[in-house]
Amino acid sequence: MIRSLIYSITFHSVLVILTILSLPFMLREPIDLPPIVSVELIQISDKTSIPYAPKARKIIEETKKKEERLVSEQAPPAAKAKEKPDRIPLPNEKKEEKQIVKKKQNPEEIKPQIRQSSEFEKKEIVDTNQIAALIDKAKEEEAIKQKKADKVTQSNRKNSFATGLTLSQEDALRAQIFGCWSVPLGLPYDEDLLVRIKLQLKKDGTIMKSEILDHQRMNRPGQKFYKVLAESALRAVRLCQPLKVPPTGYDKWKELQLNFNPSEMLKG
Amino acid sequence: MKKFLTILIFNIFFVSKSFALIEIDITRGNLDPLPIAISPLHVDIKSEKFDGLKIKELGEDISKIIEDNFRGTGLFNPLKKDAFVQKPDIAHLKPRFEDWRLIKAQALVTGKLLVKNEKLKVEFRLWDLAAAKEMTALAFTTTPSNWRRVAHIISDKIYERLTGEEGYFDTRIIYVSESGAKNQRVKKLAIMDQDGANTKYLTLGNELVLTPRFNPTNQMVTYMSYFRNMPRVYLLDIETGTQEVVGNFPGMTFAPRFSPDGKKIVMSFAKDGNSDIYTMDLDSRIVERITDHSSIDTSPSFSPDGKFIAFNSDRSGLQQIYVMRSDGSDVKRITFGNGIYGTPVWSPRGDLIAFTKMRKGKFYIGVMRTDGTGERLLTENFYQEAPSWSPNGRVIVFYRETKSGKKGEGFTAKLWSIDITGYNERRLNTETDASDPSWSSLLSK
Repeated sequence: MIRSLIYSITFHSVLVILTILSLPFMLREPIDLPPIVSVELIQISDKTSIPYAPKARKIIEETKKKEERLVSEQAPPAAKAKEKPDRIPLPNEKKEEKQIVKKKQNPEEIKPQIRQSSEFEKKEIVDTNQIAALIDKAKEEEAIKQKKADKVTQSNRKNSFATGLTLSQEDALRAQIFGCWSVPLGLPYDEDLLVRIKLQLKKDGTIMKSEILDHQRMNRPGQKFYKVLAESALRAVRLCQPLKVPPTGYDKWKELQLNFNPSEMLKG
Repeated sequence: MKKFLTILIFNIFFVSKSFALIEIDITRGNLDPLPIAISPLHVDIKSEKFDGLKIKELGEDISKIIEDNFRGTGLFNPLKKDAFVQKPDIAHLKPRFEDWRLIKAQALVTGKLLVKNEKLKVEFRLWDLAAAKEMTALAFTTTPSNWRRVAHIISDKIYERLTGEEGYFDTRIIYVSESGAKNQRVKKLAIMDQDGANTKYLTLGNELVLTPRFNPTNQMVTYMSYFRNMPRVYLLDIETGTQEVVGNFPGMTFAPRFSPDGKKIVMSFAKDGNSDIYTMDLDSRIVERITDHSSIDTSPSFSPDGKFIAFNSDRSGLQQIYVMRSDGSDVKRITFGNGIYGTPVWSPRGDLIAFTKMRKGKFYIGVMRTDGTGERLLTENFYQEAPSWSPNGRVIVFYRETKSGKKGEGFTAKLWSIDITGYNERRLNTETDASDPSWSSLLSK
């Protein structure tokens, strides 16, 4: 009697649990009504009243001002001008003076030139100990200047809304490379076909340095196709030289990464 | 805690740095044939004479074969020699890359040859003109009469280096050569190089021959022949010319084909009025039944790993393609389209099955994935069948019958090839009419 009662209870409870668990699934899914879009019917009169226009103008003016401010921050020739008098009394450093003059003309190239000059100076230190102190001074000044330059570029990045290229600039570049890339046709369909190439560009869009990021994979056994693919991508980039880069914003695009992947094309 | 914070700040700094790098996805390219310059091979002035060969023109001849091979693929565009600016002897040592780039070439082939002591030595280099560097360089020594094969081997090496897949130029095609009127057709077994040269006839034409098939591992061929109206399966060694009968089989026997390891043949024959699929071990000659069904099962073809067999059967009404394990279990129908499907042939790569489809009085050659999805019909005509794969699984050769004569009373049968992309359909040159082609594996492996 007790045993059958236990059976009954367990089976019933199992049934109850099952119904509790399965009922929600058995229920039909609620009909998914599309969200109601409220539409305001506006009658168009002959005269238009544009209450928002002045606001928009204000915003535009504000952004313009901001940009102007930025431009003024960007130009550091004033700091350089100070440098000149310090350097005049050095008859041995005529070459350096010339470099400084160059810097003035081309404020964007500050970074690499500073590095060059500092290396040059290091050699000088070894050669002539006499002017070491002076050079140290110059170094300090340059370091300060470099920091300033860094600050300028950083603030630039933060403030400008687009961190990279604009869509149209990107499309132009992409379209150019599409045309140059002869895709090898013996590629397998079911393998990872991504080739990443990192480029260092000159201002005119020619290539200073190109590097395949996963180059270890090229020599792996069974990955012969990858070598062919990577080479075709490199060839495409070289054939396309000079790349269609925007005339401004060299700092943004002086390093580019191109991700070549023909998978979609081969499947289609 | 301080350390942790500094690390955290450091990380944030680096993350922001890495995001600053602009990334552009390139997902498309052009599929135009790759422009390639094939400079004539430079003939060394120390070369000696050799009977039956014009040594002076040999360099030109070899480059011509390479050029024809590449043009035939549809993937390369060999440039006209008139535009070449550097002479072969200088180009071979150090090409002026700028000059070759000027004529829009992306790759350059140079080479030189020397015939001495009845040996031919050929050396070639492949240059990447964009990168201004050598991609590959090889040298071969052989008997001078083998010069055509050298040209094909060089073609294979270049093809492999530029496309990433094996070439198919140093190969042969065996086929049934046909001549005479339709009711008095003489059928002989014939073999030629893949480019149509060096045709040889292997049988006399007294008996009907059918369905020659290459062994995928060597240069053996199996084919069928009717002897006193009884079908027989033969094995033929092409190198030595020796033949042997594998066995007499009852009733209708069809399409023997090798297993991927070359140790078995799979075929269909009718026993007790019912056609099923059987394998035969070539060493022990033991015949094993694979399918046992009341329907007609024919045209078996092994997958390259030997684990599966594709075949066609009318067990569901119309003839369709099925795939099963090589022991006959797990039979699955893979074609469900309208029309009749037949002659499935598994690609050497293993990714596709080629087939013939008949629908509304027309014949199609197509390919599909091994589960039957992704069907693509490559070519359409009134009568065409018997697809066979190139050893790299890129090209399919088949035969097509077309009507000939003024009123269309006669017909001709020719071999055709097509790329698996459906492009580059072209006719192969054969001395006579031809049917039932089978493509060999690479001769030099």
